[in-house]
Amino acid sequence: MTSTPTIPPLTGTITVDAPVERVFRTFTDGFGSWWPAEYHIGQADMATAILEPREGGRWYEQGTDGSECDWGRVLAWEPPHRLVVTWQINGHWQYDPDPAHASQIEVRFSADGPDQTTVELEHRHLERLVDGQALRDGITGGGGWGALLELLAKAATNQS
Amino acid sequence: MDTNGADGLGLLGDPTRRTIFELLARHPCTVGELAQQLPITRSAVSQHLRVLKDGGLVVSQAQGTRRIYRLNPDGVTALRAYLDRVWAEALTAFAKAAQVAPLAPEQEDQ
Repeated sequence: MTSTPTIPPLTGTITVDAPVERVFRTFTDGFGSWWPAEYHIGQADMATAILEPREGGRWYEQGTDGSECDWGRVLAWEPPHRLVVTWQINGHWQYDPDPAHASQIEVRFSADGPDQTTVELEHRHLERLVDGQALRDGITGGGGWGALLELLAKAATNQS
Repeated sequence: MDTNGADGLGLLGDPTRRTIFELLARHPCTVGELAQQLPITRSAVSQHLRVLKDGGLVVSQAQGTRRIYRLNPDGVTALRAYLDRVWAEALTAFAKAAQVAPLAPEQEDQ
C-alpha cells in the first residue's frame, strides 16, 4: 500500500512481577543469564552474551572457545527506563560494521507499581539489514514478497 | 489469506524445520548433510526443505550433481520470521529470570 520499502518492526510486550530497577538490571547486567544460548551467531557454541552497561558499549557473545562475536552497540543507556541497542547482522548471518546497515532494538521499562514492570520491545529498521536495492525490488514488485511480509506482520502483531 | 500456516511464523513453528533453518543459517548444506545431523530420513528433510522454499525462507542451487540449500539472502523475510520467534522466546525467558533474580549485593544503595 505504501511505496516506502520499510519492513514492519517486530514488537513484543511482557509484564514482569518485579520492580523496574531490578528488571532493567536483569535485562542488561544479567543479559547472559537469560538469553537463550541456542540463539547465537558465532561459529563456536555460546558461553555467554554481554551487553556493556554504557552508551557506546559493545553487545556481543563469547564462545566456549573464548572467541567473541559482535552483535551491535548500545545507542541509548537510560536506566532504569530505556535502552536502545543496534543489531547489525546481515542476511548472511554475519556482523556488518556499517552503522547504515544497523537495525535498532528499543526496550522501554515502565513501573506499573512497586513490584510490577511492563517491558515493551521494538526491533525496527529491519530493512537496513540487507542490500537495499534487492529488497526494494522485492517489495515494490508486488506478489510474493509483499504478500508474505504482510502475512508476517499480521502474525507478529497477533502474537504479541 | 490462506490458513494452512503459510507464513514465516508457522514455517518456523515446527521444531525440525527450525533446526534445519538454523543449520542453514550456519552454512549452506545438501539434503544429505542435513540428514546426517538430524534424526530423520533424507526424504523427511526434503519435505521440510520444500516447505521452507515455498515460504521464501530458503533457496537452492544446483552444483554439479549436488543441490545446495541456503537461507534466502535477498531479503529479510527469513530474518524477520526467525527474529520474531527469537524475541518471543527470549522475552519469556527474560521475564522468568527477572522474577526469580535474587536481590543483588549492590542493593545497599541509598
